[in-house]
Amino acid sequence: MYTTAIFYFFSAILVFAALRVITVRNPVHAALHLVLAFFTAAGLWMLLEAEFLAIVLVLVYVGAVMVLFLFVVMMLDINLDRLREGFWKYMPVAVLVSVLLMIEMALILGGRYFGLEVMGTPSPQPADYSNTRALGRLLYTDYVYAFELAAVILLVAIVAAIALALRRRKDSKFIDPAEQVKVKRDDRLRIVKMAAEKAPGAGIQDSAEKGA
Amino acid sequence: MDWATIQTVVWTLVKILALVVPLMLGVAYLTYAERKVIGWMQVRIGPNRVGPLGLVQPIADGLKLLMKEIIIPAGANRGLFILGPILAIAPALAAWAVIPFTDTLVLANIDAGLLYVLAITSMGVYGVIIAGWASNSKYAFLGAMRSAAQMVSYEIAMGFALVGVLMAAQSLNLVDIVKGQAGGFWHWYFIPLFPLFLVYLIAGVAETNRAPFDVAEGESEIVAGFHVEYSGMAFAVFFLAEYANMILVSALTTLMFLGGWLSPLPFLPDGILWWLLKTGFVLFLFLWFRATFPRYRYDQIMRLGWKVFIPITIVWIVVVGAMMQTPYGHLFH
Repeated sequence: MYTTAIFYFFSAILVFAALRVITVRNPVHAALHLVLAFFTAAGLWMLLEAEFLAIVLVLVYVGAVMVLFLFVVMMLDINLDRLREGFWKYMPVAVLVSVLLMIEMALILGGRYFGLEVMGTPSPQPADYSNTRALGRLLYTDYVYAFELAAVILLVAIVAAIALALRRRKDSKFIDPAEQVKVKRDDRLRIVKMAAEKAPGAGIQDSAEKGA
Repeated sequence: MDWATIQTVVWTLVKILALVVPLMLGVAYLTYAERKVIGWMQVRIGPNRVGPLGLVQPIADGLKLLMKEIIIPAGANRGLFILGPILAIAPALAAWAVIPFTDTLVLANIDAGLLYVLAITSMGVYGVIIAGWASNSKYAFLGAMRSAAQMVSYEIAMGFALVGVLMAAQSLNLVDIVKGQAGGFWHWYFIPLFPLFLVYLIAGVAETNRAPFDVAEGESEIVAGFHVEYSGMAFAVFFLAEYANMILVSALTTLMFLGGWLSPLPFLPDGILWWLLKTGFVLFLFLWFRATFPRYRYDQIMRLGWKVFIPITIVWIVVVGAMMQTPYGHLFH
């Protein structure tokens, strides 16, 4: 009963936050509501005893991805009036896409594959059961090829993103830290010995006048 | 709700209070220690007016900040402006739930403790970003941008350093990690994982936005960075969060690399005293850094995080993994 109460509490927040993401005007507020949605979803996963996935969701999505997202959204200067332009023009397409999405989700989630008879409630695990260990074992034994393949694809994506965005400007000045560390005093500074110069009487007279 | 549940909830709340109150006192006296230590390092006396040896100074400071008016700038986003400090302090306190002081003295001895700490502390950056953005001020916003990029960068190096620890300990549970270092200081993880220890310590300084990585505040460039518009208690909450995070990073360094509550020599008794001593020593290092080093330039901070620390940690994880397969593997456990 206690867990049920928590579940409904979290679900209510999750649904509310998710709705706010798409209804709120200010994009920064929308991103923050998305953070709240992720965090609440992590809470729900925790209820399902999927503690590793829950913590990783917070760590990766809340702690890193959304921070960068917010970073970008905050720097954009978004004109709300121009965003709402053509709302009715695109409405039919949007409705069509949403209906399609709903049909697809209904087909999958409609009880045949994810119903209570098929999935059932997971049986509670003993206290020393480590979700992290179990996941790691599965990933690196049964699904090792798929896992490595995904890793390689991600690596290719990283390399591609860097290769696309890399622009070497010829006129910009580069800093080589190794060179900087090696710098000696004599490279930068020249001490010159010379006799003291005297401007004819000017300095002394000036200060005397100001004092008076 | 039966009687037993209520009892557990109340008992847990009492335990939380017993954790948070000493922590807040620790924060207050850490500010005192900081001013004294840096004072001595710069051949000054430090605070010495309020109470004997200036010992009541932190209380006086706290009282003063409590009395001050909290000014919300006219152009600020009111709700988020207030949310900022709350989001800064909440993770700094929540992470303490899994920190063990001895093998039995821990609020929640959970299995994925290390991951939990990493996830919760990664939330701390929101306080800074939201405060910077909601203030609607150039300086605050620049500070927020700097700190967002910096904290996300150093989190990666920090996370990789922790991967080395969990490989050595073969557990994510903080109590088990300390137990894996039993048997004298030559068993502590800072020896086999020395590069990771250094990376973690320095990344910890950068994560908490402390000097020499305090560009988020950078008072000589951007006034006071993200909290320039805050006054009174709202400002104090940021201050509390920063110092609570400092103590947290020191405690984690102690637990993961310096043997936690274990005594350095096997014949001496273990206990919370060792924990306090080691954490105090790491905190002293934080203060020492601040008194010694000039502030890093921003591009150099980024270079250090991405091009120096992350490669070091990755190489050392491979070294640890490879060594574990050799007959010398026991050295890395």
